[in-house]
Amino acid sequence: MTSIAAFGSWLPPRVVTNAELAALLDCTPEWILEMSGIRERRYASPEEDVVAMAVNAAKDCLNRAGRTAADIGLLIVSSGSSAQRFPGPAAAVASRLGMGETPAIDVPVASAGSLFAMVLAAQLAPTTGPVLVVAAEKMSADIVLEPANKATSILFGDGAGACLVCHGAGLLRIADWQLGSDGAFAGDLRLPLSGPVEMNGRSVILQASRKIPRAINTVLERAGVRATDVAAFLMHQANQNLMDRVAKAVAAPAERFYSNIARYGNTSSASMLIAAAEWAVSSPPPSGTPVCFAAFGAGFHWGALLATAE
Amino acid sequence: MSNQQRIVEILKEVSQNPDVPAAEESLFAGGYIDSFALPEVVSALEKEFGVKIPDSDLNPGKFETIAKIEQYVAARIA
Repeated sequence: MTSIAAFGSWLPPRVVTNAELAALLDCTPEWILEMSGIRERRYASPEEDVVAMAVNAAKDCLNRAGRTAADIGLLIVSSGSSAQRFPGPAAAVASRLGMGETPAIDVPVASAGSLFAMVLAAQLAPTTGPVLVVAAEKMSADIVLEPANKATSILFGDGAGACLVCHGAGLLRIADWQLGSDGAFAGDLRLPLSGPVEMNGRSVILQASRKIPRAINTVLERAGVRATDVAAFLMHQANQNLMDRVAKAVAAPAERFYSNIARYGNTSSASMLIAAAEWAVSSPPPSGTPVCFAAFGAGFHWGALLATAE
Repeated sequence: MSNQQRIVEILKEVSQNPDVPAAEESLFAGGYIDSFALPEVVSALEKEFGVKIPDSDLNPGKFETIAKIEQYVAARIA
């Protein structure tokens, strides 16, 4: 049995409102809100890079868990927006956390990366010991604030989230998961070596609208759990309209889908763990209730993970 | 009712807009449907024509115009 012991998060202090972006993108703040459900997002400073944000979220998670870096058997860092091709940020994050020679690996999957990392952690924790999963994204470095790119540029923000996965009891017992990948649409959402994020929004929404509900329904059906019995759906905060559509597709109340996208925008793979960190503080679930994570993004990669509150 | 008429009725229902574009006009360019309406159109097509549209066919270009949708549906039900 593996469990999530704690979550953590860190957001840069700089708030970027829709009004600030609208002035640059030849649109209105209301249009941004209507298209995405986003009111503001955070942009990191030059000093607040992926590694720095990841370290801050990791420390928050360790503090909440009552653990230290010395307790960790493996670090997994998810980021699609790290500053260089290699090494990825994991080794630097481990070093800054004082983890010595503890193994640290990167999961450069972007949006669904934190979900994939959680599943890896759940599999590995019984042999490695506690696995610290951190997702950090500096998406503001990969967008162009020009009118031609507004459909993509309005969405993204920066931030980091984390969770600690341990063998044994914890906050949430991990019960099951369903992951999928389909490279046939790899060109529809990507960050090339040079240039900003490229996204075919119609293709992303069309695929996500089907694959996310299917993954959620798969783990719920296998566990014999009804969507209406799930205490909270903790989804990648891609777009409020997409989350509403997924809620409708799985026939669950929209308010069960925890949402903070209005405040932070889409922080790619960090978003699901940032949402979970807030949710765990604001709405701790009663013992025994199911909680469902879900994500979709570049690749395409997607999936769902079912857990039970302990 | 022809297949094209059935498609038009679906589009009217999803968009809540009776002013359907011409068969060769883009449904997206003029804002008749957006990214979030397209999945609803696809689901409604499956239901109306009794076909299963596989994920591999979910290329927005196949659903760009009424004529393209009609062509695609005809191929699926053939």
